Amino acid sequence: MTDPHALRRTPLTGVHERLGATLTDFAGWLMPLRYGSETAEHNAVRTAAGLFDLSHMGEIMVTGPGAAGALDYALVGQPSALAPGRARYTMICAPDGGILDDLIVYRLGGDEFLVVANAINTPVVMEALAARARGKDAEVADRTADYALIALQGPHAERILAPLTDADLAAVKYYAGYPAAVAGRQVLLARTGYTGEDGFELFTRPQDAEPVWEALTAAGAADGLVPAGLAARDTLRLEAGMPLYGNELSSELTPFDAGLGRVVKLDKPGDFVGRAALAERAQTAPQRELVGLVGQSRRVPRHGYDVLWDEAACGKVTSGAPSPTLGAPIAMAYVEPGVASQARAAEHDGQPGRLAIDVRGSAEPADLVPLPFYRRPA
Amino acid sequence: MTVPDELHYTREHEWVAIAGTTASVGITDHAQRALGDVVYVSLPAAGSKVTAGEPCGEVESTKSVSDLFAPVNGEVAEVNPEIDENPGLVNADPYGAGWLFKVTLPGAAAGELPPGLLSAAEYEELIAAEE
Repeated sequence: MTDPHALRRTPLTGVHERLGATLTDFAGWLMPLRYGSETAEHNAVRTAAGLFDLSHMGEIMVTGPGAAGALDYALVGQPSALAPGRARYTMICAPDGGILDDLIVYRLGGDEFLVVANAINTPVVMEALAARARGKDAEVADRTADYALIALQGPHAERILAPLTDADLAAVKYYAGYPAAVAGRQVLLARTGYTGEDGFELFTRPQDAEPVWEALTAAGAADGLVPAGLAARDTLRLEAGMPLYGNELSSELTPFDAGLGRVVKLDKPGDFVGRAALAERAQTAPQRELVGLVGQSRRVPRHGYDVLWDEAACGKVTSGAPSPTLGAPIAMAYVEPGVASQARAAEHDGQPGRLAIDVRGSAEPADLVPLPFYRRPA
Repeated sequence: MTVPDELHYTREHEWVAIAGTTASVGITDHAQRALGDVVYVSLPAAGSKVTAGEPCGEVESTKSVSDLFAPVNGEVAEVNPEIDENPGLVNADPYGAGWLFKVTLPGAAAGELPPGLLSAAEYEELIAAEE
């Protein structure tokens, strides 16, 4: 095991230690995997609320008169079209169209953007953004160490947060983010998340992280709020059909492969990195399809397992886990084109059972289902 | 983390309780903590033979799957009938209600210790070294 002393700590690591969390090496950070039962944490987020430390995520600030134009060139989306106070899910690609990372971009002001990257990719994103902004009158700075990030997720999130903030939460739309006071501290308050539930993400100064965490914990105690670790975060995002870099997304794949071609704004003005490759990719037939599978047995598909059609390999599982909400094993997988339509046709013709997952040498039958596996009640 | 003195252990994190010519087997508190929530356990069938050090089942948890190793040679006399319906017993009570299976030791004198098992002190050293 990696020496835990060599890992980066967040402003909240001491809190997790006091809570008795199981800590793990995640992208070089010492992060809470679970506090008790990860299934209980998962269920709390679905039915009440959970509190997550996401301070390992990368915060990159892009500022200056050329910031909007630099980001339009650097990313596949169009941040220049965002109104201040709004955010967007987007990606940064290599010139060949391969995904370098998936991102959330917040427009904090006319000339100020916050780019949130995955911890593992922050150095790559930082380097690419700096190179792509060169000569465009924009500053790019890695501000990860200047922020803690706390996520409050679940159906009770709004009523837990409301008494602690001056913000009118009912007016904070999904994918909006702006400055607010929470528990007397200045934060960037965003209505975003990675769980499939309503919720908020709070970017705080490092010294404010613990007071904000403690205030939320106290305010949520009567509403079923529990601290939740990365294990629960992974099963929550999988149920919600959300991709994870390193599993569903990689530099070998384009946004179109992942079924996320909609994030590529080919109609935006001006050139952007990857445009030619992605424009071509948009015109060609897909080489694979990302699908959802529900296992019929209790054996759990895991990353890298083969998907079988009539006992022959036709794809690979990218993420798999026992789903607490469905009570069955679920998986996302890339399958060869045509497999999904064949599977639907076979099921329609009353011959299910031809689709399976190779779980350590045994073909475990699986059903093809539309993604996401879970959608929160309206 | 509990490591009861009266039990014996394996390097693969099983515990063994010997009573007469029967060995009861489960996974340790350390193992269940490392695995996280157990969602499914595949156990050897009653009547089957198991060989010490060889895989005889699997433990599936949220994040991973692990082989279950037979700590002793013998014939499976009984499997815990509750585990299939309620695998969380392995987490809740690893040394009690979460026991997994019982093995009849062949030709053993009552109370005789099968070879290769660790004492509680030896097992505590092993897990301390892993951390």
